[in-house]
Amino acid sequence: MVNNEYLPFRSEILEVIKHAELEYTFRMSYDRGDEHPVKPGQFFEISIPKYGEAPISVSGITDHSLDFTIRRVGSLTDEIFENYVGDYFFMRGPYGNGFDVNMFKGKEIILVAGGSGLSPIHGVIDYFADHMDECKKLTVIVGFKSPDDILFKEDQKRWAEKGISLITTVDRAPEGYTGHVGMVTKYIPDLTFEDMPNAISVVVGPPPMIKFSILELKKIGFDVENIWLSESRKMCCGLGKCGHCRIGDIYICQDGPVFKYTKISSMID
Amino acid sequence: MGYQLSRRALADAFKSWSGTYDVYAPTVFAGTGRFSETDVIRYGKVTDPADIVWDARSDYSFKEILIPVCQVLFYFTEHSVQESEFPKKGAIIFLRSCDLHAVKRLDYMFLQNGPEDYYYKTLRDKVKFVVMGCDHTFDGCFCVSMGTNVSTNYDAAVNFKDGMYYVDCPDETLAAALKNHAEGTCDVTADHVEKDDVEVHIPDNLTSAIAKSSIWDEYDKRCIKCGRCTLACPTCTCWSMQDIFYTENGKAGERRRVQTSCMFDDYTLVAGGGCFRQKAGERMRFKVLHKVLDFKKRAGFQMCVGCGRCDAICPEYISLTHCINEKLPQGMKEVLENGQ
Repeated sequence: MVNNEYLPFRSEILEVIKHAELEYTFRMSYDRGDEHPVKPGQFFEISIPKYGEAPISVSGITDHSLDFTIRRVGSLTDEIFENYVGDYFFMRGPYGNGFDVNMFKGKEIILVAGGSGLSPIHGVIDYFADHMDECKKLTVIVGFKSPDDILFKEDQKRWAEKGISLITTVDRAPEGYTGHVGMVTKYIPDLTFEDMPNAISVVVGPPPMIKFSILELKKIGFDVENIWLSESRKMCCGLGKCGHCRIGDIYICQDGPVFKYTKISSMID
Repeated sequence: MGYQLSRRALADAFKSWSGTYDVYAPTVFAGTGRFSETDVIRYGKVTDPADIVWDARSDYSFKEILIPVCQVLFYFTEHSVQESEFPKKGAIIFLRSCDLHAVKRLDYMFLQNGPEDYYYKTLRDKVKFVVMGCDHTFDGCFCVSMGTNVSTNYDAAVNFKDGMYYVDCPDETLAAALKNHAEGTCDVTADHVEKDDVEVHIPDNLTSAIAKSSIWDEYDKRCIKCGRCTLACPTCTCWSMQDIFYTENGKAGERRRVQTSCMFDDYTLVAGGGCFRQKAGERMRFKVLHKVLDFKKRAGFQMCVGCGRCDAICPEYISLTHCINEKLPQGMKEVLENGQ
């Protein structure tokens, strides 16, 4: 008998973490980890009856819960934001390849993220925050629109304490702001490496940010073969069936969303 | 060995099958055409072989039986979901050779590309395919070019000639009834077309580099993004998820999947308003390259089966065959010259 992948299960909201006006993290109960383990970078189809489904990246993983950091930008996410602890969402997943933390081990890691692009790599950062001895060095450059849009402030504090080199920057800031101001690309030329040919980088965020970050990485001589991306598209199934996420002969939901940059750089939507 | 049946005898066989199967075939839906007083030929349940249309190609394909235009996946209440029910009977589908080749494309998408699709698989397991022999080609068909003019993997094949039906039936379940009602036996080989009026040549040097050529610009003005080409295509499978509720403020409803098209405005639309292919030419490029390049890269065989339905149904007279034969070589020439 074929499993009916489209039937969602019900999951309770355990906690709501408000990062910014439009961005909350919903901590959802998840007890299927033994049968369906979840990797950073994978996604779930989250739904509310009547409002539909949307693919959302997992931004945190524990034994009994999953975090989903959601930006309020559409009709479904508007409805999602009406819910609070004790309410339920329907979910199905996990889908997609996600990140295998083994590919980063023993290397210098550069993670560049824009806004909620931090979600798919959040689990990777968490892993190395707890296992700093398993990588040579971890640098995270993350950009937000303004100081009010900064996500995961508590996590960032924890990451810095664990020895992660963290640069949090904002596009614009009011006078008197003491943090970094400027695009993420501004900080790429300052990166230093012990062994650049073996370093690995992941870039996640809005398309222009990805484009210019990769240009900067190329400028400093970073090997494009060692750059990875996490893509996002409209996806109605997550199962390679609905067709919406196809680019050329690739299905983002099946073959990705995590891709080697060189695999996807020549594809045209 | 095959069977010879009159209309009445075949109708009796249909009746014998009807306990387990509904028979679906191309039939006339009078007065439902695009213009006043025109008909549509599409798939419907038939009980009388005389209702099957033999002298024309159906405007829409058989695919709606396996992937319904609108398919309820499950019903919601506030706290639970309840799977929808399937038709109790299986389906016997009368289709042309090109369409049976299209089934292979649907199977690839729903059974191989990712995990098996529960809804497709459940319907597909209860289907028998009956090939309708083509004793001549229809306007715009190019099955020979696509290698889909001959089928051998059918459950039965029927030739219709001078009011009589000649059936080859390797499937034993179907054969039992045919044997009972047959008025004679004879050797039957399914009729097939050896030469179409239209020939199509996919350029040998076709690569995805053609996406950058200017050949697609012409379609920006001509194509109205109506999506008829994809809805009529037997190999297009795209669908969207849709929730509906039974009352405005109710708590019970259903989640369905509905056929969609890469030609539609909302096809790539993501929350926040982002959209990847705005221009009609870009969408035409996405569709055409899937049919003759991208699907093959992934599945190992071409997607297009050469049925000619897209050309016939386009209200703007946009032709896929013209695009393949004229535009693709032009586009490859352009990108190769620019690359040098």
